[in-house]
Amino acid sequence: MNMQTTSRQTAAESALIEAYNAQLGDLPGNGAVISARDRLVDDLKTNGLPTRRVEAWHYTDLKTLLRAIPGAVPAAVIDTPEPLVEGSAVITTRHGHADPKVSVSDVLVNAFSEMLSEGTAAPGLSVIDRDDTIGKINGSFVRDGFVLEFPAGAQIEKPVEIQVLHGDGQVHTRFPVSFGAGSRATVIERHLPTGKGDAFVTSVSDISLEDGADVTWIILQQQGASDTHLGQLRVRVGSNAKLRLYVINAGGRLVRQELRIDVAGEGSDLQLRGVNLLGGETHTDVTLVLGHHVPNTTSTEIFRNVVFDRARGVFQGMIKVALDAQKTDARMACNTLLMSDDAEFSAKPELEIFADDVQCGHGATVADIDANHLYYLMARGVPRNKARAMLVNAFVAEIVEELEDEQLVEALEAIISSWLEKHA
Amino acid sequence: MLEIRNLHARIAEDGTEIIRGLNLTVKAGEVAAIMGPNGSGKSTLSYILSGREDYEVTEGEILYNGESILELDPAERASKGIFLAFQYPVEIPGVATMQFLKVAMNEQRKARGEAELTTPDFIRRVKEAAAELKINPDMLKRPLNVGFSGGEKKRAEILQMALLEPQLCVLDETDSGLDIDALKIVADGVNALRSPDRAVIVITHYQRLLDYIVPDTVHVLYKGQIIRTGDKSLAHELEANGYADIIGEAA
Ligand SMILES: Nc1ncnc2c1ncn2[C@@H]1O[C@H](COP(=O)(O)OP(=O)(O)OP(=O)(O)O)[C@@H](O)[C@H]1O
Ligand SMILES: [Mg+2]
Repeated sequence: MNMQTTSRQTAAESALIEAYNAQLGDLPGNGAVISARDRLVDDLKTNGLPTRRVEAWHYTDLKTLLRAIPGAVPAAVIDTPEPLVEGSAVITTRHGHADPKVSVSDVLVNAFSEMLSEGTAAPGLSVIDRDDTIGKINGSFVRDGFVLEFPAGAQIEKPVEIQVLHGDGQVHTRFPVSFGAGSRATVIERHLPTGKGDAFVTSVSDISLEDGADVTWIILQQQGASDTHLGQLRVRVGSNAKLRLYVINAGGRLVRQELRIDVAGEGSDLQLRGVNLLGGETHTDVTLVLGHHVPNTTSTEIFRNVVFDRARGVFQGMIKVALDAQKTDARMACNTLLMSDDAEFSAKPELEIFADDVQCGHGATVADIDANHLYYLMARGVPRNKARAMLVNAFVAEIVEELEDEQLVEALEAIISSWLEKHA
Repeated sequence: MLEIRNLHARIAEDGTEIIRGLNLTVKAGEVAAIMGPNGSGKSTLSYILSGREDYEVTEGEILYNGESILELDPAERASKGIFLAFQYPVEIPGVATMQFLKVAMNEQRKARGEAELTTPDFIRRVKEAAAELKINPDMLKRPLNVGFSGGEKKRAEILQMALLEPQLCVLDETDSGLDIDALKIVADGVNALRSPDRAVIVITHYQRLLDYIVPDTVHVLYKGQIIRTGDKSLAHELEANGYADIIGEAA
């Protein structure tokens, strides 16, 4: 293959292409997979990383923000942390490699590397659209991950926690997951670093809910202070299915979480909740493209953002309601607390509605803590700083408390409070 | 215990003067009632006592146990024993009532150099106080004041007062929104707190509350000043004749 580099390539772009060349013949995959990878890398090489001129990346100019890609670092031993909820089934990828021989009772678990070797992964390595940079990078480099099948009717009481652990360097994982008809489960996708240096992480989860599935999916991103995290969640929601989706960002230096959701079955309900805890000199982007494609579906999207220091946050929320999708009820809200004068948050909600009989709305607020609330707490003897911390906590805890699993609520609240204690 | 001398205060934002040369003395052990027409400045006075930052004191002094409190923030005043039961308690979504009570009690204890309460001790105290006030414990599992009825909010304020054991209690129209049974329960709660080293200021529009919490002194507040002071018979006089005569005399 012709891998010429041009002078217009940034350091990160050349590093990506060099990394690909260096791994030629080593990345898992049959012929179909390899040619899919080649196409993705060619695309990256031709088009480069997106700039602010690409609308989908307008607020996250990846070409400028992604200054370097760390080289390969010999993998250190990575210990397994305790799961968030005691008694969870834990399956782990360490530095991009799935642990061998893992099992979860009543669930089919396979390594994604097998799908790559067999070639069944090839169709999934395609991009969603031409601006799908995360799909391109992940598809080029992904080595492993887990393939989970929740059989029809399976009722999995305890959460399944997918731990995506890594040291420094590059890590690319993928998780195709299907929830059979009428199944019920909670999955926690937890991204945790163990290294002290830089990591460049991409991770794509591709999940489908068959008819009547009832799923809670939680993405908990706690990357290190100098890490880049590019995450993508592709979702298809079937008839009468219910998805509670939580995206919690509490780490990373450069983060983009893309949520590409297709509500494709009548009578389904999506409850999307996001918490963005941003501090330091970081950049965090959550981009949602939600399509309501069929009649009689509901969705609510609520994001709560707390921004300290010189951190920058972005929320792009696009809701598309197709011509046929009558009686869609979709409500989106994005509320931000700016905790410093240098903190920044850009919210860009968009509705694209072709059906005429729908209820859709969106709202975005940016505020400081409510002075009346602060006064009330202080009038009871709570010192100012503590009262402020309680109110910031409350602002995000409200979202987390909608979850039914009390142990999970407690665990997430503990993570949120300890983050806030460190940054407030 | 409390001495307010020639107090002038205005709304910080637009400079409107609300309290205009107010004098009031409340002794330890005393129950003082403050009455007065709507908009005369009763709630404003209570906010200023608690240290609310929306108001600015431009002249005069507030002495509490002989010391000025004007430089103290609301939390510092609270830990010195000043408590205001609000006319309109705010709802605070996301703050669990029990957690709030525990933090408030322990922060006040810390500020006074006392040991923090253990969790079992804290829970026992809350249970006992809630039972006295006939508060359904399920209510305490909810976020602070969220979805409480008007009367429940008032009872929750008195619960906080009972738990925090303040020295100077200011009750701003605690009787409004309470049904007759609740009024008695709340009055009993306040009476239980009456003691020689504690003072209570009751702001109310109605004699009915004063039948249960019998005041030692009654003060009429009008246009930011105390225009008349008397004993409990003054409240009866107001109930019978309204404010017109007294306002006329003061003018
Ligand atoms: N923050 C504020 N902004 C504007 N006006 C205010 C503010 N605070 C108080 N006021 C005004 O000051 C006056 C006194 O109000 P206050 O609430 O103290 O009266 P009150 O005696 O408690 O009345 P009520 O018996 O109706 O409770 C009113 O005219 C009120 O509108
Ligand atoms: Mg009032």
